[in-house]
Order: sequence, then structure tokens, then C-alpha cells
Amino acid sequence: MEKIGKIIKVAGPLVVAENMLGAKMYDVVLVSDMKLMGEIIELNGETAYIQVYEETSGIGVGEPVYPTDAPLSVELGPGLIESIYDGTQRPLDKIYSKVGDFITRGVQTNSLDREKKWKFNPLVKKGDKVSEGDKLGYVQETTLIKHYIMVPPEISGEVVQIKEGDFKVEDTVVVLKNNDKEYKINMIQKWPVRKPRPYLEKLSPTVPMFTGQRVIDMFFPISKGGSACVPGPFGSGKTVIQHQLAKWAEAEVIVYIGCGERGNEMTDVLLEFPELVDPKSGEPLMKRTILIANTSNMPVAAREASVYTGITIAEYFRDMGYSVALMADSTSRWAEAMREISGRLEEMPGEEGYPAYLAAKIASFYERAGRVKCISTEEREGALTVIGAVSPPGGDLSDPVVQATLRVVKVFWSLEAQLAYRRHFPAISWLNSYSLYIDNIKDYIIKNVAEDYFELQGKSMRLLEEEAELEEIVRLVGVDALSGTDRLILLVARMIREDFLHQNAFHEIDTYSRIDKQHKMIDVIQYFYVKGKEYLQKGVNIVDIENMKVRDRIARMKYVSIDKIENIDQIKKEIDEEFENLLKNV
Amino acid sequence: MIKEYKGLVNIMGPLILVEGVSGVKYEELVEIELPDGSKKNGKVLEVNQDKALVQVFEGTTGIDIDKTRTRFLGHGINIGVSKDMLGKVYNGLGKPKTENDRIIPEENLDINGAPINPFARDYPNEFIQTGISTIDGLNTLVRGQKLPIFSGSGLPHNKMAAQIARQATVLGKDEQFAVVFGAMGITFEEAQFFIDDFKKTGAITRAVLFLNLADDPAIERIATPRVALTTAEFLAFKHDMHVLVILTDMTNYCEALREISAARKEVPGRRGYPGYLYTDLSTIYERAGRIKGKKGSITLIPILTMPEDDKTHPIPDLTGYITEGQIILSRSLNRKKISPPVDILPSLSRLKDKGIGKGKTREDHADLFNQLYASYARGKEAEELAVILGESALTDMDKVYLKFAQDFEDQYISQGDYENRTIEQTLNLGWKLLSIFPKEELKRIRDENIEKYYKKVE
Repeated sequence: MEKIGKIIKVAGPLVVAENMLGAKMYDVVLVSDMKLMGEIIELNGETAYIQVYEETSGIGVGEPVYPTDAPLSVELGPGLIESIYDGTQRPLDKIYSKVGDFITRGVQTNSLDREKKWKFNPLVKKGDKVSEGDKLGYVQETTLIKHYIMVPPEISGEVVQIKEGDFKVEDTVVVLKNNDKEYKINMIQKWPVRKPRPYLEKLSPTVPMFTGQRVIDMFFPISKGGSACVPGPFGSGKTVIQHQLAKWAEAEVIVYIGCGERGNEMTDVLLEFPELVDPKSGEPLMKRTILIANTSNMPVAAREASVYTGITIAEYFRDMGYSVALMADSTSRWAEAMREISGRLEEMPGEEGYPAYLAAKIASFYERAGRVKCISTEEREGALTVIGAVSPPGGDLSDPVVQATLRVVKVFWSLEAQLAYRRHFPAISWLNSYSLYIDNIKDYIIKNVAEDYFELQGKSMRLLEEEAELEEIVRLVGVDALSGTDRLILLVARMIREDFLHQNAFHEIDTYSRIDKQHKMIDVIQYFYVKGKEYLQKGVNIVDIENMKVRDRIARMKYVSIDKIENIDQIKKEIDEEFENLLKNV
Repeated sequence: MIKEYKGLVNIMGPLILVEGVSGVKYEELVEIELPDGSKKNGKVLEVNQDKALVQVFEGTTGIDIDKTRTRFLGHGINIGVSKDMLGKVYNGLGKPKTENDRIIPEENLDINGAPINPFARDYPNEFIQTGISTIDGLNTLVRGQKLPIFSGSGLPHNKMAAQIARQATVLGKDEQFAVVFGAMGITFEEAQFFIDDFKKTGAITRAVLFLNLADDPAIERIATPRVALTTAEFLAFKHDMHVLVILTDMTNYCEALREISAARKEVPGRRGYPGYLYTDLSTIYERAGRIKGKKGSITLIPILTMPEDDKTHPIPDLTGYITEGQIILSRSLNRKKISPPVDILPSLSRLKDKGIGKGKTREDHADLFNQLYASYARGKEAEELAVILGESALTDMDKVYLKFAQDFEDQYISQGDYENRTIEQTLNLGWKLLSIFPKEELKRIRDENIEKYYKKVE
């Protein structure tokens, strides 16, 4: 007879049940006859503490708890791409067609469509020997993604039967034989979300992931398989940056987790992504995107699970050999969910009421990022890049979630309210942010982008720093007291800020800047600086330089479309000519 | 079957503990009968074995250990709703204030509602004309948005909210908004101001009022916004109405929440507010929105007073993280007698881009907005510089910006409480103010818009 527990306490999302001997930590249970999904988070003798992924109102003492003997898992297989799931991988579109506009409790649906047929194309033939992780065949899931069907973990053998044609996810497509054992393999796998998917070996990241965002690619680049965090107060544009990265980052699959954020933002993504076109393939961006939406008003325990659900799906695509990027907006809400559950468990709190294990959980989450050698007999590499937004209270970076995150991530894009007020977007501070991947990706960039890339970057950063110092002086004594060279620094730094770093996410061309265009732009600005210094020495007046016409051309570089980027080089010639003219008038 | 128990174990602050219960459900509604025969309402906060912890909405005054009776009603807190509620007044729990306000409910709804499926949402993009230039022109409100007013004590946020309620219309349509007004812990005078204003302008016939005043039980406030929003959802999604919900003052709501949390001896988060304040607030704010295939909508304007005008205080901070922008009122503008004193620079409407432009307001709106914003910001910088170095240290162009900033405050931001500007008037006023600049200074405006509007509108 199946063992059934009994509820003895209900407090918000936490339910305590007795008679639970035999249940394991992190097993999923079904609470009450409404069958609300929950997860065991503490065991004490026969008593189990359960966090429930749905509203618990109306649940009382004495109601049953049904164990499932399985940890919280996600279904992996064709049908993931273009889906929108909640924090426990329930498909929101199916829930919508089942129960309507509002999410009611106890809705049971399969994560993957069981009825839909996919065309399975075999990649192995009868008699082939295969082992764990090997590709057996593929399904063209969307125009952008070939969904490879791989040998499930811990299985190997000889192919005795392989099919071709249209199948449902649960239909057997391959039969393997190993000694006496026969394995029937279909197109669906299950994987527990809290357990990272295995790989052969982790490799250090060497390839940059370009994002089309100038301040990121040029100044604070991220690598494929790297991790980054974006902290900032509200209104500083965290979500816009996450959306921009989801749109334009050079990744083959995007997993976007809306963790405890606004419902309308997810709607925005749902409506906008099918319309936007990937600059490389010309296909709609939605065809490489998976959305996890657990908005702020949805149950808090499911929010805690949502980041794990998302990253497990991302790892699955990484194992196929794809470069995957995962955006989590916002990890603070995830941490708050942990805090809430911890409070209900009456655990001794650490900083700001967060549980003492906060930093460990954050670290192990970001550590699931990386460039790896996938498990397979063929050589295959996959990468998972993780970018987390953090929403510290009042924008205060001493917040425990920010601090714990900064200890593990290698890239820090610091958003500042002051920049946002000045409508400088993206509001990434050039003085506080950093990227520790520069050494890793140096060779790649020098070889593939430009040799003087880092030289230009260094010079530009120096100008911005000098500007910050000079501005202090200007505030005290006014700009007239500065020397010509200092005023030139101010002028060029302003160009870097306004004409290069400032980028309009809503402008059709400016929203995405290819790396070669970025390089040409910064090159022109540095050229202007070099010429400016030269002609200042020849006696040209700084005020005349400040009023040069070519500045308008420089300001409009960002709007030059990608097929006309040679025009940017011509600006150098105009700079030369105008300086010559100024010299004539001296 | 309704169960009744006699006697309590413990009374602490707003909470009572009942022992020996069975079959009690989490969040169940409880009726408490006092020794003198009067009745109060409560809600189950926690059930643990045979103990139930109950939060009493009307306060625990008069409750004793021995004779008090508790009845567990077997359902959560419901409110009976009907279209006839328009024009009527209720208390903070949704009980009618007078016999006249009683209705025959069409439906009984759980006040906690259920989260809108993100997949079912429709993106808010219909421009609402409020007749206030600082909102329409610079921080555009759209149907289904949640846009709070961050204010401070002594600032005229109530006047502004009443003005929005009075004037809000959707351009080109004659539909008027139904107003659901939820008051939490505000004074009688403040509430009376809204009632009088609604009466005077006739808005009362399309308004439902839920009033929990400063001297009403504080714990009742926890239910007030939920009662108001449940009514709003009913009017919007069952009766296809466009509903404007005004909730004031969210600060009082959060304090009531803190009181309960403290009484339960929970681990406090920042400034003693509970760690789940964000989640709790989001279950209120996120109920605003539009739903695919439904005609109605809920637009939410919560008002909160920032303690010490501090925007990083947990209440405005967490609110800002959930809502789609914020309108911030400025004490210094208020001192200059500029009304409504909207502080333009930190105010923001996140959804404005989807609600403005050709076919919605006018094709020059976005450019004009950017230019006005940038020019005003530069004018304010010049003003600061002039304070330090003296006005003579400014360049000629900076002096023009300074003049612009002053004109902008006097003419654009400042408008009477009863002045209802159309979007045309607001936009044209913007162009008129910009005409003190030479054409070359208007870098953020596309040439074709300069061509069409610069120095051409009156």
C-alpha cells in the first residue's frame, strides 16, 4: 500500500506533514486532494517540511500528502523551443487554454506536448555501437534549431532498431541492445533540476560572446561560457539590458527566466520576439528562445525553483553542442524566495534575514555556467553563459545578494541611477564595471577582430577616467580655467560617452552594433583625439575644435547601417580636411 | 459544517490563538463573538496540529480568554460584488457603510484573486489622457498600467489623484473610467475631500469607495486593497468597464503588515518590514492589466508617502521594482507654488513608448519628449552652476537653457487643479517653449518634425 502522509501544520507556502518516513530530501509530493505540487526541504524523524509551489489557502490539518518518490524534474525533448513555462515547467499556454485567464490551482499538464508529431531523422544505423550522450538522430525543431536526440545517461549498446519518420515524443525511435538488456529510447528525457547535468571536462572560456552592445563588447566583454551580473536600482534599465542581450547575443539558444518580475514584461517578450529578426539567420528570434515566467504574484516557492528549471533546460541544449545563453531577471527575487521559505522554517538568519546558505546557493548556480566538453564519443563542445540581474534595495551594492554574486561572477556591469536620470542608456558605469575575461579572450579578438582593439579600449578608458578627475576641477573653477589639452580630453571623453557608449535600444539600427562597426567607431574617435592634440600644438584654438562640423558626423556614426560601414572610415578624411582648414585661419 | 469553539489560549496584539480545533483551513475566515455579544472578523494565519493562529481585523479590544467564541466559516474572505456597487460606499472589508449601500451580489469572490497568466495578458498600449501635461506629455499613462505616485507628507498628491480620476479619458473615445477608490488609514478629511470632489463633478456615480480611515482598525487595511481590486476585476473583466483604481496610502498598508509580522515574531527584513513585503505588494500591484480578448482593463494608481522623502525606503523601493514607473512629487516645486509639483527628472513611465506616437498621440511626441527632457535637465544643471559660480559665469547658451527651465516650470509643469489640457495643447505648449532655442540646438528632434512644428504651432 502506498504510504500517505498527514498535514500537521500550514503556514503560507510551508506545509509540515507527519508519517513521511521513507520520503527523500527534495522529493516532490502532492499536497491535499487538490494535488498541489510541493517539494520536501527538511526531514525530521517522520516529519517532512514541504514548500508548496501553489497557493495553500484552504488547506488544513489532517489532509493527505502523497509522495511521488521522485525529485523535481524537467522534461527535456522536442517542443521546448518557443515555449513559455512557469517556474515548475508547466506550460502557460496550455494552462491558458485549459483554465482561462487566471492561473488556478492544481492544474496538471504535461510540459511537452504528447500528441504532436516530430520528424525524426536518424544519424546512426543498425549495428552501430553508441554510448551515453551520442547523437542518435535529430528533429528540426524550428528553422534555427536542430534538436538532437541523444543516448540518455548511463546507457550504451548496439543499435538494433532505428526508425525514421513522424513520431510523438513518447514513441520509441531507437532500440539499443547491451548484452541481454534492451533499451527502448524515445525522444523525451527527465532530469532533476537541482542536479547539474554531467559533462566530461570543463574548459576555460576563450571565445567572446558579442552582444551588439558597445559598452559591453568594447569595454566589458563576456565570454561564451562565462557569467555576469547586472545590479542596479529600479528604473536603471536592468530589464532592457537583459532583453537586449536575449535579442542580440551571439548564442544559438536563449533561455530567459522572468523570476519574480512584472507580468507585462513577459508579455512584451512574447509579443516582440516573434517580430524581431536574428541579424545572422534572418529568422524570428523566438525560434531560438525558451521563456520561463514566474512573475512576482505567482507562488513564491515556484519562483525559487524557476532558476533551476531554466538552467537545466539550458544545460540540455549545451549538451547537444550549442552555445546557450541564460538570462535570469532577477536573482534578487530568487534570493528573497529563499529568504521567505527559510523564515518559515524558523532557521537562524544570516545577513539581512537571508539564510546563511545564500552565498553557497548563488555560487553553485553560477558555477553551472561554463564551456564544457560534452559527454559523447565524438568531440563536442558546448557553452552555457549565465547573466543574472540583481535588484538590490535602494541600489545599494552592499546588499548580501550583490556581494555573494560578485564573489563568483567574472563580469560586473554596474548600473547607476545617476546615468539613468541623465537618460544615458545603457546606464552601465564605465568607472565601476569590470570584466575579468579580457585575458582569456585576448588572442581570439586580436586574431579575429582587430589588432589594436585592446589599445583603443585602454586609451578610451583612460580618457574617461581623466574626464572624471577634470570634472571635479571644472565644478570648482569653471571650464575656462582649463588648458587646451585638458579641454580636448573633456571633448573627446564626451564623444566616447555620447557618441559611442550611449546606445538607443529602441532605434532600429542603433539597437545592434556589429563588432567591426564598434571598432571603426572607436577608432574614428581616437583618431580625432590624436589629430586634435597635433593641431592644438600647431596653434589651433580649442574653441574652434569644439565647434568643428565633423563632430556632427561622428555623432551620427551609430546610425550608419551595417552595409555602409565603410562610410565611417571616410570620416577620418573629413577630420583631416577640417583641421587643415582651421590651421589656415590661425 | 461550521464549527464553533469557546475560549482562547492567547491574545497578543492583533492575533489570537485558539486551541483544540480540527479541520481548520489556512486563510479561512473566522467570526469572533465577544463576551458582550458583538462580532469581529478574523483570518487564519497558521494552523499547527490543533492550534489555529487568527488575525483579527477589527483589533482585539474587548476580546477575553474565557468567554470569547470563535466560529470557523469554512471559506476564505469573500466579497459580494455587483454592478450596482457603483456610486456606493463601503468600509475597508467591503461591508456597506449605510443601508443604502447594500446590494444584492451577482457573485461572491475570494478577495485574494488568482494571478493573471502572463500568457493571457495583453500589452498595455492605449494612451490615457489625464489632462495633466507632466503625465500626458512626459510620463504617459496607458490603460492597464500600474503607475504609483511617490509623495511626501504635506504634498498635494490627493489633489493630483482626484484630478486624474476626474479627467482621465481615452483619446477619441467617449468611454469614461469607472473609479474604484481604496483608502487605507487616511484621515476623515482626506477621504471627505475625495468624496466631495467626486460628488461635485458627478464622478461619484461611476465610483466605488472602500474607506478604512485612520481611526478604523489598522489590521482591516490588509484586506482593503484586495477588496478594491477584486471589485475592479469584476467590473473590468465581467462588465467590460475600464477601471481606474486609486489606492491611498500604501505606506499605511505596509505598516499594518509590519504590525502583524512583529506580532508573529517573524525575522524582520529591512526597517522591520517583513521579508515577504515584495511578494505581498506584488500580489496587489500585479492585478492591474489587460487580458487578451477582454474589453475592460484595470489601471492602478497607488499613492504612497515616502517617509522623510526617502526614495530608498523599503516601501517606495519595492514598489518601484514592481510598478511600471513612478510619478515623484517634489517639495521644492511645491514651495514655489507649482502645482502639481511633479519632479520630472526622476519620474518615469516605463510603458510610454508603446502608448505614444502616430495614431496614438502625434508623430512628434517621442522626439518632443526627449528634447524637453534633455533641455530641462541641462537647464537645471545650469541653474546649479549659477548658484555656485554666479550667473555671469554661464555661457550665453546656458543662460537660454536657464530661462527655458524656469519657463518650463512656470508654464508646462504648473497648471491649475481644474485645468484639463488636451494632448494637442500639451504638445503645442512644448513646442512653444522650445522656440526660444535656435533650430540647431534641438538635436533630438527629427528634421521632418522640426519642419512641421518648430515655431509653427500656437
